[in-house]
Amino acid sequence: MRRGAIPANLMVGGILVAMVIGVAFISTFWTPYPYAELDIANKFHGPSSAHLLGTDQLGRDVVSQLMAAAGNSMTVAVLAVLIGCSIGTALGLLASAKGGWVEEAIMRLCDLGFAFPALLFAIMLAAALGPSLPNVVIAIAFINIPIFARVARASANQVWTREYVYAARASGLGNLAISRDHILPNIAAPIIVQATIEFAVAILTEAALSYLGLGAQPPSPSWGRMLSEAQTLMYLAPQLAIYPGLCIVTAVLGFGLLGDGLRDITDPRLSRQRRG
Amino acid sequence: MRLIDKPLALTASIMIAATGLMATTALAKSTLVYGMQQEPTTLDPTSDATASIDAIVSHNILESLTTVNESGEVRPDLAESWTISDDGLTYRFNLLHGVKYHDGTDFDANDVKFAFDRAMAKDSVNPTKGIFKPVESVTVIDPYTVEIVLKNKDAFFLFNVAQGDASIVAPESVENNKTNPIGTGPFRFDSWTRGDRLKLTKSPDFRDADKVALESVEYRFIAEPAAASAALMAGELDAFPGFPAPEMLPQFEADPRFKVIVGSTEGEVILAMNNAKPPFDNLKVRQAVSYAINRAEIIDGAMYGRATPIGSFYPPHGTAYIDLLDYYKHDTAKAKAMFEEAGVAGSTMTIRVPPFPYAMRSAEIIQAELVAAGIDAKVENVEWGFWLGEVYKKQAYDMTIIAHTSPNDMGNFARGKSYFYGFEDPAFTDLWEKISTETDMAKRDELLKQGQQYLTENAIHAFLFQLPQLGVYDTRLQGYWTSSPVLFQPLAGVFWTE
Repeated sequence: MRRGAIPANLMVGGILVAMVIGVAFISTFWTPYPYAELDIANKFHGPSSAHLLGTDQLGRDVVSQLMAAAGNSMTVAVLAVLIGCSIGTALGLLASAKGGWVEEAIMRLCDLGFAFPALLFAIMLAAALGPSLPNVVIAIAFINIPIFARVARASANQVWTREYVYAARASGLGNLAISRDHILPNIAAPIIVQATIEFAVAILTEAALSYLGLGAQPPSPSWGRMLSEAQTLMYLAPQLAIYPGLCIVTAVLGFGLLGDGLRDITDPRLSRQRRG
Repeated sequence: MRLIDKPLALTASIMIAATGLMATTALAKSTLVYGMQQEPTTLDPTSDATASIDAIVSHNILESLTTVNESGEVRPDLAESWTISDDGLTYRFNLLHGVKYHDGTDFDANDVKFAFDRAMAKDSVNPTKGIFKPVESVTVIDPYTVEIVLKNKDAFFLFNVAQGDASIVAPESVENNKTNPIGTGPFRFDSWTRGDRLKLTKSPDFRDADKVALESVEYRFIAEPAAASAALMAGELDAFPGFPAPEMLPQFEADPRFKVIVGSTEGEVILAMNNAKPPFDNLKVRQAVSYAINRAEIIDGAMYGRATPIGSFYPPHGTAYIDLLDYYKHDTAKAKAMFEEAGVAGSTMTIRVPPFPYAMRSAEIIQAELVAAGIDAKVENVEWGFWLGEVYKKQAYDMTIIAHTSPNDMGNFARGKSYFYGFEDPAFTDLWEKISTETDMAKRDELLKQGQQYLTENAIHAFLFQLPQLGVYDTRLQGYWTSSPVLFQPLAGVFWTE
């Protein structure tokens, strides 16, 4: 591959992600119809100029619902990954900077976090705190903390052995100041890559929880809930299952490809291979 | 070579005979695989309120003094006849002779006394103790005669003793009835694989055994509508009488293998309001909610048109039914004005919804209708255990949607403030007292009409629709109940044609 060319996965991922985020953004101020507006007399309409993808079992406009669901999905993913990433990275940096029993304690706690299957944990939390979107955010953020703590610590441990870190220490900077000024900027790349991939996971987890009835509560739309509602309608209106399914695929594939692409261009080992 | 030929021919003729035999058994199919949404918690209807226990056990395994037919009329069962004294307080039951329990022990009057005393005892865990409340004493006159004396007249007594709560059990076997029920009915318990299936086999000792066509019945527990539909389509189930998803019925109607029957149940679906909690203690607010809801829209959207609207708390197929559907004719503008007048416009009301499709779907539509009337309505879907604990026991709710499936349950409104309605009015409690002691049918119907009128006028709840019994059956199957006047579903009369 020519040096400097944008890898295909990065490009496709970027376009898909831009599409999803764009739609999510537009949905915050405009959808063709109010997403919760019922029109039961006009249920199960096929695609028409009035309703681009038709109407669902309660006569709601499918396009509006998909758009608003994209908004919900993105909000949950952004907040959850942001919270998980901030706390996790801070813990990872702390573990790496302090070493000793602090590091042991933090990393063993993270191992404990990994011991739970992510979805099971989210179900547990949603069951305990009640089903709602904020609780989904908390659940997904919680799952993300150990993931980011591990990535941050592993990358930080490498950076700590660099000469400029020794120089900074010799000039009298404390551990935390070094972590902030020198370590954090140098581990940003793997963190961002991880965040992009966790985005895809977060979207999938939100959809799964909503499918199980533990996520977005009606009338707030969600791809997962649309999918579960369409399940018994497969005979009457199979398109109602296909649309949200395609949306989930698009968003997850987009973020997955974007994350892969970002890793390809930031990972020095991989880029050396490419050059060689 | 001939030596080998002969046995071959012999085998062939045996095989032909065998296929002939198989063909005849296939014609007279005698097994039934029966789909059910709710799995029972135990198998003792006298100690647990779960409806599916009654559906499986009552009048299939265990029997009662009387029974009820599909039209809701009382019929003799273990008591072949009875006489009632002129004051309506003394019932003398003449019991059947020669009835045996499935474990071989004999049935007699002592079992009746034992079963009633057990249900009436102080430490009894019977789920419907109200049945036994009017009973003063149970006396064994002779091995085949029992006399029951009531404290006060009870118009529903003969109907009530037919229910699973009043099943006749034997002292020898009652201990194990939760896992291995022993009764006198047409079927005996065979096996139960929890989470999957439960099997009954025909009891050869049953008094009318020659009239019972089915040799065995297998219940399969499938909660998920999509899975239930797949199992029916694959031919794994012969019948699914409580099919949960009305939107899936067209595919069975289009399939010549199946017959779809929409029967009636005693289940009034209501939008219950917590009358003890502001703002629902205000009649204006409750009336405004009644104006805000549009039954036609709810039935079309949530039930795909397969339900009958109700304007009060009484089933439309009952003899005392009066049409109060237009008492609060749907009028969003009027509802909005009334909410404003009551000072609750824009306030938050949460509908806590149990996990049943009819309730969850209705909630979504009602939420939108309340929003249209200027209320910030919210929906919260909760688990069944949470619903029982928070809504039903602790009355921690604004509104909820639930079907009351018991027959003659207008008395719910006379259960006082501790019942989850949070409603109490001595005027209605007196009226119910009169209804439950009036033995003259015509007079009782008159009182029931007054009751309906009262409940609607006071808008205690918003009344939505009568829960239908959506059934999918194999076309060759005959003799089953398509409606549910009671909780039990007797299968002794079911048979295959062809």
